[in-house]
Amino acid sequence: MKFIYDPIKIRDVLGNKIQFLLGDMACVYGGLLAGVSFFGGYPITPASEVSEGMARLLPRVGGTYIQMEDEIGSIAAIIGASWGGAKSMTATSGPGFSLMMENYGYAIMTETPCVIVNVQRTGPSTGQPTLGAQGDMMQARYGTHGDLEAIALAPSTVQECLDFTIEGFNLSEKYRNPVCIMTDGEVGHLRERIVIPDEKDLNLINRVQATIPKNKFIPFTDSQTRKNCKVPDFPTFGTGYRTYVTGLTHNEKGFPATDKQKDHEKLVNRITTKITDDADNLVMVEKLKLDDADIAFVTYGASARPAETAMDIARSHGKKVGLLRLQIVWPFPEKIVSKLAKQVDKIIVPEMNLGQIYHPIKEAACGNCEVELAPKIGGEMHLPSELLKYLGVK
Amino acid sequence: MKKEIRICGFGGQGVILSGFIIGKAASVFMDYYAVQSQSYGPEARGGAARSEVIISDEKIGYPRPTGVDLFVAMSQESFDTYRNDLNKDTKIVVDPDLVPKNDIGRSLYKIHAQKIAEALGNKIVTNIVMVGASTAIFGLLDEEAVKKSVLDSVPKRFLELNEKAYIKGLEAGKNALKKL
Repeated sequence: MKFIYDPIKIRDVLGNKIQFLLGDMACVYGGLLAGVSFFGGYPITPASEVSEGMARLLPRVGGTYIQMEDEIGSIAAIIGASWGGAKSMTATSGPGFSLMMENYGYAIMTETPCVIVNVQRTGPSTGQPTLGAQGDMMQARYGTHGDLEAIALAPSTVQECLDFTIEGFNLSEKYRNPVCIMTDGEVGHLRERIVIPDEKDLNLINRVQATIPKNKFIPFTDSQTRKNCKVPDFPTFGTGYRTYVTGLTHNEKGFPATDKQKDHEKLVNRITTKITDDADNLVMVEKLKLDDADIAFVTYGASARPAETAMDIARSHGKKVGLLRLQIVWPFPEKIVSKLAKQVDKIIVPEMNLGQIYHPIKEAACGNCEVELAPKIGGEMHLPSELLKYLGVK
Repeated sequence: MKKEIRICGFGGQGVILSGFIIGKAASVFMDYYAVQSQSYGPEARGGAARSEVIISDEKIGYPRPTGVDLFVAMSQESFDTYRNDLNKDTKIVVDPDLVPKNDIGRSLYKIHAQKIAEALGNKIVTNIVMVGASTAIFGLLDEEAVKKSVLDSVPKRFLELNEKAYIKGLEAGKNALKKL
């Protein structure tokens, strides 16, 4: 049965426009609003509510939910569904994200749009199942082998869980790359007020379908219909466009070209530069009180919340503190951090890990200011008082 | 203005729902910012569970309490476990039948929530009685807004029972205020 995107029906299923909602459920709402029609998942705390919500709501809008045998099967299923024309999604947490790494690379290599929600918990391994962490940030970037560009967003609020899931789908469809929504057990299990956006404010992006004559279609090359666009038009299975899909290095026609250096270079350069060329359009940050700041927090996701509180307290003590919150973490907003490093004396990086995004921040700062890591692990976010110590405020 | 509320009890009593109702009342049916968080053990029933709500007229950064203004306990274990960081101004509400060892050398509001719920026919609404009582005692939220939130959050077939429980709770809370 063909899925028909029906914005009125979706809003009817979601209910009231203003709700007090769980972060994980907000990812479900975001997915539904973006037009997800296939979810394949395997429940895992603290991401289970995403699967649970999808199981309950997705069939009601005409979509398909499948609980797969594990996370490897889950991501494989959403990749297949995407080639069948669906906007597809899965949700997991650390251990499941690790299992997904092989097919995450496959989705990148085959340029398959799909969205992976990772409600991060502590690790390594099974860690602390119900508690939050930000330990998978580098995994989203480098967890699968080979040369690649990742796109990852990190929500700090429940509303952002909803908004960023929609945005994640938009970016995934636009660039034909999997997108990771890197939330965590803290934000995923918070409840806050959300407002369901109106259809006219969504600006949904859908992948560009192949339309040129079938005998002229080349599946893995720059767009044949859009000038200067490195993202190929999408040949949905069943529409008659003949396409071979493989994770092996392939030529423009999609056929394996594993022994050809030039083919590999051309392919991997295209699938990475299709994102890096557009890096300026892939910047989403929030700047708080940075204008006169001489100390800045640079952080993301849950960690930005205690940092904002600490900033306000420090300001009341006369300290000029600001905050740069990375909403899109990958691609990393190097230019913005680099500029900030030339303005402030010091950057402090609170993270719920032992130092991950700290490293690209330090690289972008390039010695122009001091960069200090403020780590916290064990399943709890920083107390504002813990961050105040880094600012010299008692 | 920023107020922090902790509601605790044993798993299965509806502690999380109580926090949800209060947070929703504040942020959906009134104009406050609210954030609700929770923690509980792996058990579906039993064990100590807690739900925490922050209500503010400004955007809320750090989403967990740093000083509790209202502490509501519906089980002895949770009362003993979760009252370590209360301050001298914290308002404390307990069901003395569920928290018999409540003599901690300070005054607290005693609401026989479970008995009230049983008199209404079902002790499942003990938590809603407590929501009503806490609303009256704390005095922060509009009674009607909390009532709307209760009715918006419970199963349709139990609307009447929950409404009664909420109203009885409000009355009990007002009486407790007079006594203390």
